[in-house]
Amino acid sequence: MMQLTDMVQHIPQGVDYVRILPVLVLSVFGMLIMVIDPLIDEQIHSKVLGITALIGSLAALASVFVQAQSPGLAFWNMVRVDTFSTFFQVVILAIVVLTILTSFEYMDTQRIRAGEYYGLILLGASGMCLMSSAIELVLIFIALEISSIATYILAGFQRRDPRSSEASLKYFLLGSFATAFFLYGVALMFGATGSTSITEIAASLRSGYVPSLVYVAVALMFVGLGFKLAAAPFHVWTPDVYEGAPAPVTGFMSTAPKAATFAVLLRVIFEAHAPGTFWLIWVAAVLSMTLGNLGALTQTSIKRMLAYSSIAHAGYMLVAFASAPTAGISSVMFYAASYAAMNVGAFAIISHLGGFGERFVSIEDYSGLARRAPFMAAMLTVFLLSLIGIPATGGFFAKFYVFSAALQSNLVGLTILGVINSAIGAYYYLRVIVVMYMKEPNADVPVEPLPIGVSAVLLVTMLATLYLGLFPGNVLSYTQLSARNLILQDAKSPGQMQIKVDFNLSEAKPAH
Amino acid sequence: MSTVDCIILTLVTAVPLLGALLLMAFPNRDRDIRWFALIVTLVDFVLSLHLAVRFRAEKIGVFQFEINRQWIASPNIHFHLGVDGISLWLVLLTTFLTPLCVLISWNSIHERVKEFFILMLILETAMIGVFVSLDLFLFYVFWEATLIPMALLIGIYGHERRIYAAVKFFLFTMVASVFMLAAIIWLYAKTGSFDFVTIQQAIHAGAIPGFIAAAPWLFLGFFVAFAVKVPLFPLHTWLPDAHVEAPTAGSVLLAGVLLKMGTYGLLRFNVGLFPEQARSNAPWIMTLALIGIVYGALVALVQPNLKKLIAYSSVSHLGFVVLGIFSLTQAGINGAMFVNLAHGVSTGALFMLAGILHERRHTYEIKEFGGLATPMPVYATFFLFITLASAGLPLLNGFIGEFLVLTGAFQARPLFGVIAATGVIWSAAYLLWVYQRTFFGVVKNTKNSSLADMLPLERLAVLPTAIAALVMGVAPIIWLKAIDPAVGYILLPFSNLAARVVGQ
Repeated sequence: MMQLTDMVQHIPQGVDYVRILPVLVLSVFGMLIMVIDPLIDEQIHSKVLGITALIGSLAALASVFVQAQSPGLAFWNMVRVDTFSTFFQVVILAIVVLTILTSFEYMDTQRIRAGEYYGLILLGASGMCLMSSAIELVLIFIALEISSIATYILAGFQRRDPRSSEASLKYFLLGSFATAFFLYGVALMFGATGSTSITEIAASLRSGYVPSLVYVAVALMFVGLGFKLAAAPFHVWTPDVYEGAPAPVTGFMSTAPKAATFAVLLRVIFEAHAPGTFWLIWVAAVLSMTLGNLGALTQTSIKRMLAYSSIAHAGYMLVAFASAPTAGISSVMFYAASYAAMNVGAFAIISHLGGFGERFVSIEDYSGLARRAPFMAAMLTVFLLSLIGIPATGGFFAKFYVFSAALQSNLVGLTILGVINSAIGAYYYLRVIVVMYMKEPNADVPVEPLPIGVSAVLLVTMLATLYLGLFPGNVLSYTQLSARNLILQDAKSPGQMQIKVDFNLSEAKPAH
Repeated sequence: MSTVDCIILTLVTAVPLLGALLLMAFPNRDRDIRWFALIVTLVDFVLSLHLAVRFRAEKIGVFQFEINRQWIASPNIHFHLGVDGISLWLVLLTTFLTPLCVLISWNSIHERVKEFFILMLILETAMIGVFVSLDLFLFYVFWEATLIPMALLIGIYGHERRIYAAVKFFLFTMVASVFMLAAIIWLYAKTGSFDFVTIQQAIHAGAIPGFIAAAPWLFLGFFVAFAVKVPLFPLHTWLPDAHVEAPTAGSVLLAGVLLKMGTYGLLRFNVGLFPEQARSNAPWIMTLALIGIVYGALVALVQPNLKKLIAYSSVSHLGFVVLGIFSLTQAGINGAMFVNLAHGVSTGALFMLAGILHERRHTYEIKEFGGLATPMPVYATFFLFITLASAGLPLLNGFIGEFLVLTGAFQARPLFGVIAATGVIWSAAYLLWVYQRTFFGVVKNTKNSSLADMLPLERLAVLPTAIAALVMGVAPIIWLKAIDPAVGYILLPFSNLAARVVGQ
């Protein structure tokens, strides 16, 4: 009987389920879509599935706020709900909502049968949400796989287009290879510290002795995560995959999984205190910024250009990783949010203008857009200016916080390289603005009026970009609070150990 | 201080932006749009007159009409505006020139009229913002904000090579200003404040750790951003392109105001925050300024293109300003600030006049003209008047400033004064020569024989600049009364510096 009550004690409590509520909601809706997919009449098929997905993602977004009311650990210390995870989940789910809204029109113009598309987005998002709240490396790995497998398939959703299939295959092969690295790193970490829990690893690493195996483990994990971030030198897949994938998916891929991976990297570096990361990060940051920006200079396709730009932005964010914890963590969080706003917005316009088969994605196709569709051109200009980092946009503050975090940590060299890079970056974004405003309109490119879904996306991303640029105070104080909490976690970790002891009771039973 | 005094700077800064926002919602009727833009800019000018009237020159060492509200808590960014005797007149110069730009664009802009005036109004807000910001962050925001509307004005409404010019302008300024941003962030990281006054006090009190080692780099960071804007030789190459390709109003604002943002920055930040570096770097900066004066004048002399000639004359005149600032003498800086204003008025007018000619002949090539005084007598008169003002004829606005700058330069380094003085001769040479080639003699080109003289609207646009040129020449004390104490205050650390050096 004693044993039974003990077991009951260790069956997850109700509150445990609340702490993974968004993941549950997403999974349920994801599966629901898969199930009802064959049952619906072809006429209304894509509409019904789209709306279901939209409701699902909005419900998940709402559930994040419910979940945020009961912060704490769940499922045997494998998941932790805190302001940090809440922030990333809100960002990820907002991206999901916007991606679904963008996809309504896209599915129609591309004549793709929606089918699993929406289901995969939701299921992938469940993995990403779990990545941001998981504090156990094996669980992180599983969540990473859930999110990756969904995005592999999504990348190939333009079935008729060979570029899309190539993208999917390339992403899948290289991605699997990279996750293997991550798993290898986790295994070695377990070997070196005897645990896969981030809090326990932190305790073990802080106890003084750091086996050299840990450095190998950290390096391998960084390779795996670096691949997902599209950070140089693990970035070679990015241009092809971003170019081949359907435009809304590219917008999704370049923001949501990245945000989740950044959350993981933040936990590994700042919460687990992974040693020996400084130079790894430094080199990766410099390479990403430089190669990304130089690569983007010569691109003629806007999707490919934004792919390179996304490499560069990963580099800017890595700069913050090399900085002191509080400022570094909060600036990465802020960056992730503002990058999401501007990039999703830009890709919404790209997918709208792409037309059937995405024929119109070269920069020249945007000639004279300002005359043909002034509103759209103005929107894209704002997003591009934000990507450049012009004041009054979110992108500016994001860069600003990153560089001031770096300077506060006396990383003068890295900061200088960063600002030079952002000056180089200005050129290729500006090229698009120049083409839109200063070239003669190109009548061969059809410009359809904006449908309601894309308009909503543009409105939200635009407001978010400007809000983050003009009144970043609220978001910033939230990220700073999260950063402090994340660091406190570790100061409190004797308390964590206490919980761990509870957990081990069942195994220690015979001794009782 | 009355309530009006508290909000007047915010109003002056914000009115054009509000106008631009309203204009976005306006129906596409070009005539109404022009009128609306004119009214907004005139209202702004009238509002800014309040600054001039209520400014108290005797209050030394404080910023007036200050407003200081928190914008973002962390980082500690404030909406902090204020003017002193130096920025006051630059604000007025901006509000004075913008309505004239609206007038001069009245008939010359036919396409995308709404966007044109929206951009111009946004630009006005940004320019005023640069001069009145006392928070380094806010300053940077406005600084960058001037870039986009100006680049678009050049790129959309300019002439044949407009895109090249717009991109070059944007990239030059953008690349240079990121170094300033790096310097600003460094200062913030060490002081926890963006406030100009706080940082200045911290620097003068020696309260910033690591400042001594970093100061030369910080000085350079600011200097590069401002030197490109001025533009100082050899960073000036964007200027002729931008000027030649820009629409008339763009050129007027570019020469009249945007370049002054550079010289203002040099004085406010480079000299104001880093006196020791300003002193030790003065020789080579003054040398560059001298090269700019002579080189700009020589290139202007041989220019076949009227607008390019005026552009290079700007390089030369702005060289005087930089020379004056880095002479670090009371007379020199007073003069520099006065040349700033005079150049804004007279070069602005020259660009308007060049634009008027372009309207009629669609060319700026000087050899296309000749004998224009016969068909266009009024135009020729205005042109002569402004040319003489620009060349530095006593009793017109160009003379006082250059005279003071030369005085300052002689005090600081006599040889520099001697060389700079040749600049006055050069400017007379290229200006009078171009005047002779364009206006005197008989009409050789038949296309010119029946050119229409200035229209009433054009007279209305140019006349205020001519009046201003005269008043500034006759009664410079109106302006110098406010400038002089402010400059004296900026120079205070230098006398302390000198005392310290002597003391050691």
